Amino acid sequence: MKVEAKQEMESTKKLVTGADVLIDALVEAKVDTIFGYPGGAVLPIYDAIYRSNAPFEHVLSRHEQGSIHAAEGYARVTGKPGVVIATSGPGATNLVTGITDAMMDSLPIVIFTGQVANSVIGTDAFQEADVMGITTPITKYNYQVTDLLELPKVVKEAFHIASTGRPGPVVIDIPKNISSQLSDAVYDDHFILPGYQPNKKPNPLQITKLAEALNKAKRPLILAGAGVVFAKASEPLIAFAEKFKLPVANTLLGLGSFPGSHELSLGMAGMHGTYAANMAIYECDLLINIGARFDDRLTGNLNHFAPAAKVAHIDIDPAEIGKNVPTEIPVVADAKEALQALLNTSAEPGDQGSWRDHLATYQREYPLWYDRSEGFISPQWLIEQVHKLSNGEAIVTTDVGQHQMWAAQYYPFEKPNRWVTSGGLGTMGFGFPAAIGAQLGAPEELVVSIVGDGGFQMTFQELSVVKEKSLPVKVIIVNNQALGMVRQWQESFYEKRYSESLFMENPDFVKLSDSYGIHGMRVEKEKDVPQVLQEALTYDGPVVVDCRVVQETSVYPMIAPGKGIHEMIGVRK
Amino acid sequence: MRRIITATVQNRSGVLNRITGMLYRRQFNIESISVGASETEGVSKMTFVVEIEDHQKLEQLTKQLNKQIDVLKVSDITEKAIVARELALIKVVGSGQLRAEIQGIITPFRASVIDVSRDSLTIQVTGRPDKVEALISLLKPYGIKELTRTGVTAFLRGQQPAQVTELNSFTI
Ligand SMILES: Cc1ncc(C[n+]2csc(CCOP(=O)(O)OP(=O)(O)O)c2C)c(N)n1
Ligand SMILES: [Mg+2]
Repeated sequence: MKVEAKQEMESTKKLVTGADVLIDALVEAKVDTIFGYPGGAVLPIYDAIYRSNAPFEHVLSRHEQGSIHAAEGYARVTGKPGVVIATSGPGATNLVTGITDAMMDSLPIVIFTGQVANSVIGTDAFQEADVMGITTPITKYNYQVTDLLELPKVVKEAFHIASTGRPGPVVIDIPKNISSQLSDAVYDDHFILPGYQPNKKPNPLQITKLAEALNKAKRPLILAGAGVVFAKASEPLIAFAEKFKLPVANTLLGLGSFPGSHELSLGMAGMHGTYAANMAIYECDLLINIGARFDDRLTGNLNHFAPAAKVAHIDIDPAEIGKNVPTEIPVVADAKEALQALLNTSAEPGDQGSWRDHLATYQREYPLWYDRSEGFISPQWLIEQVHKLSNGEAIVTTDVGQHQMWAAQYYPFEKPNRWVTSGGLGTMGFGFPAAIGAQLGAPEELVVSIVGDGGFQMTFQELSVVKEKSLPVKVIIVNNQALGMVRQWQESFYEKRYSESLFMENPDFVKLSDSYGIHGMRVEKEKDVPQVLQEALTYDGPVVVDCRVVQETSVYPMIAPGKGIHEMIGVRK
Repeated sequence: MRRIITATVQNRSGVLNRITGMLYRRQFNIESISVGASETEGVSKMTFVVEIEDHQKLEQLTKQLNKQIDVLKVSDITEKAIVARELALIKVVGSGQLRAEIQGIITPFRASVIDVSRDSLTIQVTGRPDKVEALISLLKPYGIKELTRTGVTAFLRGQQPAQVTELNSFTI
């Protein structure tokens, strides 16, 4: 609508607060869920929420970290921006871990923080924190609103920045005088961002180069990362891999972008990836990275990473190309656009000789393995049971640690947006609140949260939210009475000096759940697992299952720190 | 290698903090930064002099700068025909006899004395950094009480020769 026309129509507009203007902007941005926590500096916003009949739901967490991880889970599953509100000072600083997590894993999150009134900013006022200073290095962009007239434009811009290009978190810091200001102004939310024009379309020359390389390659390989998921490019990825008969390895965050059961899938690569995926990287002569950032947990020692390969890298973020691994064929583009362009070339698959048979031999001879323990529950087997009893169709969120790696290894996904884990930052406490956001984003789906006994204790206060909102999240605690991943590293690299990694005390998780009014169960013997899991997964409502697993279990195979991708330990024939 | 990189940026609040924070976090070695208005209202011009290990790091630097939402354009002008200038204010100890001597030293540099007190004088010099450097080292023996340099600001010359033979990385 033209500004003048709007002006005329709304000349009799009544006075509203800045917070009301914010609510309108959120409605305009089609927000359906807000994760937040009130406090002094956002009282005007919460009052506006109370008075408004806007079509969104507010979810009150029990800690701001819970809000932001929930927003992350929501964003992963829906592909839409997650929205968070927190108060100034401690409210904002409680978000720091989650904002950093979202930055590392490229999640679109828009965060509103309250701020003390403009007149006292810089005076160390009550609950003042330098939110702009603190969040600058951990956001894609941030704003402090100094003029109410700008607010709708800032909100629109923020949603645009958060959700386009390489997604990321955007913070909007709103001083209390702005949110409480009365005004009948007419707003213009039109924006231009001349310095921000993400390039979606690939350069045709680069596509031709890549097609030529494909045709010449004898041992080609795709490495598919989360960029494929963000670009909604799974279908063209499958078509591309099938057309050129390309084996596909996934990064941790790229799991689900390519069906785990597909004959071309090699599974996950990296520190705890499959032997076949890692050896494929080591031996390939053309590595096509689609939307992954060559993180060190994937590459291992860079000197041994893909030593024989010509590297092609498709990424929407040019700064990721060539950052860690020298790249011959850079393609700056959205993964979907690039894959479609590749499918439209007349390129033919090259002669791969016995490459795929060779990889199949690796897969057959060096599969993932674990020892089942007598009577007790081995954690890998437990995950396999969860996979089986949920038909591999659940949305799975995890925390960080051994259970996370086992979930990545033993819960293969057929579809994208069903795997919710903290990759880049490795944030303990992420898994359970993320499941809340995932369930709100996908109310009809089975959401299983696989967490460690350590990490769950960082954010289990959100059980109240699950109860309050009747969210049927299934929490599976892989309880090894330990900070298992720390224990494992101490076992392997510090001569079993288990410094502060074994829990002497844990809460009774069943009673804990009971106290929140949530159905709690415990399982200690292997033979009881199928029945307990069956009951839990089909239970009409939230459940917490305390699964006692064997403590002395390690995640294998593994690339030890400093080692090359071809030097995996814990590989078994 | 030493590189001169310029960036035009949207003059939003916090932009300088965002850029310098990024450079610090990613361990780029900045020798100087100068910032000021440009020919366009609302757009500032930044000039960085950086010490960079290799081309891969240099590429990262320009990409990371370009990635900033407020950055409009980034150019590595090291190998172009450019004008690069910096201003320094140098307060040296000097009275009586010495003053004439100092005057004699600064004249060839087209520097000028802009403040005089009983026992010191302040010299202003503008020019390429190597020239500023040379003057500073000549004045050192007299005792430098205070020194401030603006950092280099630079842009392309109006005319670019077909091929630039002289690399600015050696001369600046
Ligand atoms: C916030 C945070 N603190 C510390 C760590 C380091 N860390 C990584 S895994 C891990 C152990 C996690 O224990 P638990 O949640 O029980 O999972 P397990 O490894 O036993 O499956 C720790 C302490 C981390 N990743 N995040
Ligand atoms: Mg544990």
